[in-house]
Amino acid sequence: MPQINSPAELEEFRKGILSKRDPNKPCITLCAGSACHASGSGEVAAAIEEEISKQGLSAAVDVRKTGCHGFCERGPIILIHPKEICYLQIEPKDVPEIVSETIKENKVVERLLYTDPGTKEKITHEHEIPFYKNQHRLVFGSNGNIDPKSIDDYLAIGGYAALAKALTGMTAEQVVEEVKKANLRGRGGGGFPAGSKWEGSRNAPGDIKYVIVNADEGDPGAYMDRALLEGNPHCVLEGLIIGGYAIGAHEGYIYVRQEYPLAVENVHSAIRQMEEYGLLGKNILGSGFDFVVKVHQGAGAFVCGESTALMTALEGRAGEPRPKYVRSNVVGLWGRPSVLNNVETWANVPMIINKGADWFTQLGTEKSKGTKIFSLVGKITNTGLVEVPMGMTLRDIIYTIGGGIPGGKKFKAVQTGGPSGGCIPESQLDLQVGFDELTQAGSMMGSGGMIVMDEDTCMVDVARYFMDFLTDESCGKCVPCREGMRQMLKLLTNITQGKGKEGDIELLEELSETAIEAALCALGKSSPNPFLSTLKYFRNEYEAHVKEKRCPALSCKELIAYHIDPKKCQACMACLKKCPVEAIDGGKNRIHVIDQEKCTKCGTCFEVCPPRFGSVQKISGEPVPPPIPEEARTIVRESKQK
Amino acid sequence: MSEILLQIDGKEVKAQAGMTVLEAARSAGINIPTLCFHEKLEPYGGCRLCIVELESRGSTRLVVSCVYPVEKNLVVKTRSEKVDRIRKMVLQLLLAHAPDAFDLQELAQEYGADKNRFEKEASFCIHCGLCVRYCAEVKKKNALGFIDRGIRKEISFIPAIASKECWDCKECFPLCPTEALQAAFVLAKAFF
Repeated sequence: MPQINSPAELEEFRKGILSKRDPNKPCITLCAGSACHASGSGEVAAAIEEEISKQGLSAAVDVRKTGCHGFCERGPIILIHPKEICYLQIEPKDVPEIVSETIKENKVVERLLYTDPGTKEKITHEHEIPFYKNQHRLVFGSNGNIDPKSIDDYLAIGGYAALAKALTGMTAEQVVEEVKKANLRGRGGGGFPAGSKWEGSRNAPGDIKYVIVNADEGDPGAYMDRALLEGNPHCVLEGLIIGGYAIGAHEGYIYVRQEYPLAVENVHSAIRQMEEYGLLGKNILGSGFDFVVKVHQGAGAFVCGESTALMTALEGRAGEPRPKYVRSNVVGLWGRPSVLNNVETWANVPMIINKGADWFTQLGTEKSKGTKIFSLVGKITNTGLVEVPMGMTLRDIIYTIGGGIPGGKKFKAVQTGGPSGGCIPESQLDLQVGFDELTQAGSMMGSGGMIVMDEDTCMVDVARYFMDFLTDESCGKCVPCREGMRQMLKLLTNITQGKGKEGDIELLEELSETAIEAALCALGKSSPNPFLSTLKYFRNEYEAHVKEKRCPALSCKELIAYHIDPKKCQACMACLKKCPVEAIDGGKNRIHVIDQEKCTKCGTCFEVCPPRFGSVQKISGEPVPPPIPEEARTIVRESKQK
Repeated sequence: MSEILLQIDGKEVKAQAGMTVLEAARSAGINIPTLCFHEKLEPYGGCRLCIVELESRGSTRLVVSCVYPVEKNLVVKTRSEKVDRIRKMVLQLLLAHAPDAFDLQELAQEYGADKNRFEKEASFCIHCGLCVRYCAEVKKKNALGFIDRGIRKEISFIPAIASKECWDCKECFPLCPTEALQAAFVLAKAFF
């Protein structure tokens, strides 16, 4: 096992790895991240191995299973180096053709390429696909090139050079200063400047200090930290050791949720390899600096993403926030100064040390520097993880990278910042993403969740959904959060069920105020956000629900009815056959009628009615027209009249 | 111990470093209402009733006095429009669970809280945690604890411990601001 004892040896070792690798040798990289794994990349991997050995190419081709590439909508993804030919949505049956055509004959398999939806042009290379072309993948980019289980892969792309630079070429103060100058802000939620946090810990009295990775990602639909930790655990660990050196900590923790088994596995394997190489333990790279890392698996509580709750859980107690008027970077884990940063924040650190704060601050807005990874989900054509420079507009993210809203629907809002974030309407689409910009719009950056909603989404129901999530995830310790949200959820549920009363909106506002002013932790204080931000931009929807018992998005079940327009119905029997409760009366040439008493509003008739007829309608806020008289129900077809 | 001078409701108060605002106020005979506070226990900060308004360095902010440490020249207001409004709302929220608890009724009168503001959901427990924390911190027995979280959180005796420890103790019973604790104990007895 090679023990690397100095920066010079590290460089030597890196050169050794590179000298054994032929950049022109064909290499198939396959995304083995969680999303692609779910769409079958495990089977594809097996098929590739089998086919390569069957065609006798085992020595001539490298196969590498990498982390998430981000374009999860089109997974499993494979890239064939050195030409970087990108194939999407690969199935095991495609593999023989890929091997015999692309690997052996150097020919591109057209049908597996990305097709531009506008120009219908085939695109061969990953970086030319619009989804990737407009991104700036500084943190996330290496994911697709390295095997997360191979420290040599990370070293080959320049890994641990920043660590060597920091430990042997910079003082701890200089490291803190560089991070401060880079204005790196916390990627996990609050956007607190990491450098100031580090400085506070560095200056706090005490010999024992800690650095902690917050990998308790819990926002519904968000998985950027997961993908980073699964795909490139070394860059997070490198950042963590640099942070430890900067503040004077010799122990680091990774708090990762146990629902992320691959992340847990890859982090453990990374730590093991680092120990073998001497990149963790005593006297790292001959610098005299000692550092160890422990992994703690969280039991799956959303509130444990809150810093004090996370530290309480690390101490082995129930993860509840503690009332703090002293910052945890001064009095944190076991009462010691502790710096807690999110996965993505740590992953930015090596880059800042390598390339410098001046380089880092070239990207971004005045107060938000660098890039941010967003998890783009919901009603969006290109679901996936995207990394963009701070300051890109929401419109560019959603339309240029995300490909817009599928099914010709209209955009309605984008929810950012997780459950305690907020919804941003169409009128604000030109907003530049940044910590302060999103906060001003009534939402927040959070950890980077971005849920796109189309015109069929009811904003009151969205607020109810997130409130339901938060009441479940509140720790239940303080009254404004536990009891306030209990009442808010009841009120919102009533409103979506048409039981809203005059004064409900005002009561919700009052409860929100109490939570903001009096709740114990950040989760509690931000818990009314789903309500407040939807009220801010969609008050008319709330009022329609309460006053007119009408759901403008035609989504709230209790407030809508399905009706078949007799003028449009062609008596095709599609809905009649599919109705699960036999609520539709009709027959051949007999206009169909829905029995409102029997109807369960499942929406099946609406979905199966052929679009060219479009006779099933949703109505809300007005009475259902009476069924047409029996004698008018027979359809007389023109062709049969002759 | 160094002495710290601060002002509470216009009155000069001398406090020791390390004291909380609540302790300083009570030592000067100024009352701040609490539900989850007990002098033998670590401050919990759960009920939020002891919230007060601080004036410090030219701005005002709300803090809970049972946790906030005294500082030199701090100006504390234990009643204000904001403070009273929050206390009223906290009480109304709790009254939905324990509408007839004496402690709550008394406070409700003081702050004009309407016990019918929210739909009743009589679970009696208001989650002050006094029983749980007293058993853990003072008696060191952990015969009861909180189970679940969020709106499903409740107190529960652990029969294996409670059956041995509780008969001769019951010191937590008088701490309960509602009658929930006794009820929970009666229920737990079924498993002894």
